[in-house]
Amino acid sequence: MNKTVFVGVLALAGMSASVAAAGLLDEVKTRGKLNCGVATGVPGFAAPDANGEWQGFDVAVCRAVAAAVLDDPTAVEFVPTTGKTRFTALASGEIDMLARNTTWTFSRDVDLKFDFVGVNYYDGQGFLVRKDLGVSSAKELDGATVCIQTGTTTELNLADFFRINNMEYEPVPIETNAEGQQQYLAGACDSYTTDASGLAATRATFEDAAEHVILPEIISKEPLGPLVRHGDNEWADVVRWTLNALIAAEELGVTSANVTELASAAGNNPEINRMLGTEGTLGEMLGLPADWAVKALSVNGNYGEIFEKNIGETTPIGLARGLNAQWTSGGLLYAPPFR
Amino acid sequence: MADLHFVRKAMIEEQEPPAATAGVAGWVRENLFSSPLNAILSILSLGFVFYVLSALLPWVFSPTWSATSLGECRELTGGGHGKACWGVIRERWLQLMFGFYPKELYWRVVLDFALLIVAVAPVLFTKLPRKMLYFSAVYPFLMPWLLWGGSIWNPIAVAAGFVLGFFAHKYARPAFGGLAAVILAFLLPIIWWFFLAGPLANGLASVLPLALETVESRNFGGFMLSITIGVVAIAISLPIGILLALGRQSDLFIVRSLSVGFIEFIRGVPLITLLFVASTLLNIFMPPGTDFDIILRVIIMVTLFASAYMAEVVRGGLAALPKGQYEAADALGLDFWMAQRLIIMPQALKISIPGIVSTFIGVFKDTTLVSIIGLLDPIGLSNSIRADQAWNGVVWELYGFIALMFFVFCFSMSRYSMFLERKLQTGHR
Repeated sequence: MNKTVFVGVLALAGMSASVAAAGLLDEVKTRGKLNCGVATGVPGFAAPDANGEWQGFDVAVCRAVAAAVLDDPTAVEFVPTTGKTRFTALASGEIDMLARNTTWTFSRDVDLKFDFVGVNYYDGQGFLVRKDLGVSSAKELDGATVCIQTGTTTELNLADFFRINNMEYEPVPIETNAEGQQQYLAGACDSYTTDASGLAATRATFEDAAEHVILPEIISKEPLGPLVRHGDNEWADVVRWTLNALIAAEELGVTSANVTELASAAGNNPEINRMLGTEGTLGEMLGLPADWAVKALSVNGNYGEIFEKNIGETTPIGLARGLNAQWTSGGLLYAPPFR
Repeated sequence: MADLHFVRKAMIEEQEPPAATAGVAGWVRENLFSSPLNAILSILSLGFVFYVLSALLPWVFSPTWSATSLGECRELTGGGHGKACWGVIRERWLQLMFGFYPKELYWRVVLDFALLIVAVAPVLFTKLPRKMLYFSAVYPFLMPWLLWGGSIWNPIAVAAGFVLGFFAHKYARPAFGGLAAVILAFLLPIIWWFFLAGPLANGLASVLPLALETVESRNFGGFMLSITIGVVAIAISLPIGILLALGRQSDLFIVRSLSVGFIEFIRGVPLITLLFVASTLLNIFMPPGTDFDIILRVIIMVTLFASAYMAEVVRGGLAALPKGQYEAADALGLDFWMAQRLIIMPQALKISIPGIVSTFIGVFKDTTLVSIIGLLDPIGLSNSIRADQAWNGVVWELYGFIALMFFVFCFSMSRYSMFLERKLQTGHR
């Protein structure tokens, strides 16, 4: 990478033009840092703690990729992106990958020229209502006032849902989640609608959480996953299989506690052996060291451990696994075989 | 005939004014209850103030300083919405101030802004020793070095460009004449910065590595980010604004058209549009892989925006000057720049002080818009802090703290401008 430093007006300038390297994987290795786009703040998924360390479910994916590629889970430059800036940040190359509660849709994949490498959380839009409203199903919300974030897919989903069910509603437009919480608590709307994970996090902050319920209907599909730019398949493979390794490790019973032991020598389960690099050459095919998955798993453990630590039932957010359980337990997580 | 003359022999002691017109009672009577209508209005206002305070004060004085989460706050206050949760400020105030700047390097930021005061003081208060102005001249190069770190040779190489321009002007003027000197004074530094400064700084750094630990722009955040953007934009926009205002009044067609075009274009688009250009469009225009510092991009945009407004404020000052002042300058045989420097600008700027300071305050507050493009200024950070489940749901405390900090900065700027106006009051009115 050629680095030319233009020392510009007032010495503030730091503009480095890098000649496009062979591939993003090599570029990241040379740079020694992974630029990972995250949200500016979504409870449980990405947030800086008091020390400025980023924490969360999406952040854990970034760290796993950094560990697999660079052998250092802290070699990540977290770039906070908003819903408006995320796609240009990725398209322009400011970030190498985006892990920011982004719904996998046709137009994003095809028209915006991104590759979604998988799904790390199956979400869906739900409704939060007061118990004393006496509503037990979203289909009873005819005539309700609904707080809704403007300019999001949730707004369109809401309109579709009410139209399909032949119901009327009055939208109360809001800009941010914080505003939505305040409006809902102040009684400006009967119901607050957004992704169910967000509703759970919101409900958990209420003083009288027991007085509020999330209705059982989920009115949209929101598969959230990390994405990369079109056109660099080697890099997409690295991110995809790191995510798959996290998911497969849970299915195969590889945890942060036993991964070192399992990786020390080839065991009885050939798939674990192949994944952890004690057998076969999967790492080499990816352009990574043989123990890439071991490093990714040593950071925060497998998918289940990451889930429990950040958004699971033991955390204040308290999400059940639901759709995000392994396929063996009735969920949708189904990592392709490591072979 | 009785002698009825009376002559007072002794002075009467000076007496207290009637109790009702002096002291507290007098003040109250004169200012609050001078007529029945005023009395009614006063009582209503007092009632309103009491009503607001009785709701606000119990909320403010809440024993939650030590809490570590919103839930703990609620336990400490026994529930209810009527109490603030100050634990979030205790835990996060450093983050709101410094963003993600490394903790062990906070001193650099503090030192930087302390030096800012030292550098600005001789400019603001003319009574201070004039020699301090030398430090003010060095400060613009010192400030980015302290904030961003890196080799000390970079700022020195940049400063050398200015010195080069100065000497080019000084020595070329007698030799080649005024116009050539001005062109040289612009051209030489630009050539220097683009082609020579970088390699020279790198070379010197390899010989004598004097460097501070580099801090990435991405680690900037909180008030430090707001102040950095605000101060740089304010400091650079004033000179650019003056040049634009002069350009707009110039008789040279191209200069005038360019100035008018720039000013009207920038004033015709909202700042947020420029910020989106900085954060997204520029990324697409530039060759892939180019990493042009986002904070620098934002600073440039905010500076351009402020300059256009500043130009119009200064133009107002220029327009307010009687034509006689221009003619007097011409009659004295001053050339354009001397006339501007000695006669026009001191008067025009004095007239424009309130407008200039309003623009400054506006720019400083506008820096909060950067939260929309994902930079973590105080407003952006308040969102990130709420994303920590421990503080999810805390709203007013964070906004209150941010508002208070902004108020302190803006109010002191406004007070200073009033001081300056009084000091420069020469009694024309």
